[in-house]
Amino acid sequence: MTQHRHDHAHGQDVPSDFALRVKAMESLLVEKGLVDPAALDALIDTYEHKVGPRNGARVVAKAWTDPAYKRRLLADATAAITELGYMGRQGEHMVVVENTPKVHNMVVCTLCSCYPWTVLGLPPVWYKSAPYRSRAVIDPRGVLREFGLNLPESLEVRVWDSTAEIRYLVLPERPAGTENLSEDQLAALVTRDAMVGVAKVGGPA
Amino acid sequence: MNGVHDMGGMHGMGPIEYEKNEPVFHAPWEGRVFALNVAMGAWRKWNIDASRHGIEQLAPADYLRMSYYEKWFTRLAALMLKHGLISQQEIASGRPAGPKVTPPFTAATVAETLGKGGPYSRDVPATPQFRAGQRVRARNLNPTGHTRLPRYVRGRIGAIDRDHGIFVFPDTNAQFLGEKPQHLYSVRFAARELWGDQASPNDSVYLDLWHDYLDPA
Repeated sequence: MTQHRHDHAHGQDVPSDFALRVKAMESLLVEKGLVDPAALDALIDTYEHKVGPRNGARVVAKAWTDPAYKRRLLADATAAITELGYMGRQGEHMVVVENTPKVHNMVVCTLCSCYPWTVLGLPPVWYKSAPYRSRAVIDPRGVLREFGLNLPESLEVRVWDSTAEIRYLVLPERPAGTENLSEDQLAALVTRDAMVGVAKVGGPA
Repeated sequence: MNGVHDMGGMHGMGPIEYEKNEPVFHAPWEGRVFALNVAMGAWRKWNIDASRHGIEQLAPADYLRMSYYEKWFTRLAALMLKHGLISQQEIASGRPAGPKVTPPFTAATVAETLGKGGPYSRDVPATPQFRAGQRVRARNLNPTGHTRLPRYVRGRIGAIDRDHGIFVFPDTNAQFLGEKPQHLYSVRFAARELWGDQASPNDSVYLDLWHDYLDPA
């Protein structure tokens, strides 16, 4: 994995006047009455501050501490996630796949950028990028190595390509040494990357 | 369509560029583009499949060169022009023509609209043709329009993992030819069936595939 280059937008050049073009388009659409600028502000605020991977972390921590919830989550993820108040756009049809000592799951969308917004928010750039989308299905173990995860050959890797409207969330393995942690403390350990399936959840620092 | 967006299994795209503590939007304009796409979708002139197809129709070189939200902006402009929400003259002049309208999507309805979402399952009768465990072959289809059947599974044999129920069919929905609801299955393909002996014998790839993409095998 290479370090992100902050002076350059992911190997792609964004013309300097692009922000102006967007502004001009927004002004036109507002003047026509096609969009409400306050609705745009509210949408941005929602995905910058309200809906993100902390939602998914709550789901995972509850599944780790409440066996009945975990059963419901694996049987009907949409309903079980709705129980916690997370529902709606790009989370209408959820499936949760469980990592175990024998099975590792990872999620990709090779065709575009499908991602479970209700529990993870909007996807990071690497998830939407050509390298991840092209390689996750043909070389999942190589991709995982770039993320620092060396999986033994004996372990089964399952890659979930989100080709329809089903959205996938990985239920990571609960790390050892966390028996005495509360649900809140457990949730704080759970990362976005672990819920996409490109990382494991580490123990408490 | 056999576009460059259908990337599964391609080589040469380079290493994964990971950004630590990545912001949701890298510049304010990205957030505006995201929000404009969601807000304009509320006019219901197009659907999610037509919207995805809009991005697939970018020229391949542009698709690879543009950043994510540049693609979203370009797609939105094309959809609005195609469906008559704005005109080329309005874009050029920056001045609106015609009477002012009232937006369907307002700040007051954002939370409710996002919370409701837009389920793509349909409550219509349809008998499942396949059952869990059954072997199926992904059809060798090469439509020029929108499809969610990636090239890398066409002609390959897998097994039904589960039946998700009945869902809108993207190939027709993208072209406004009807929802054609049908069973959607999770299909498991062994990694070696897809990629040959270089793949690990233990690994597999699961795809969600509609009835019309599958034959019994």
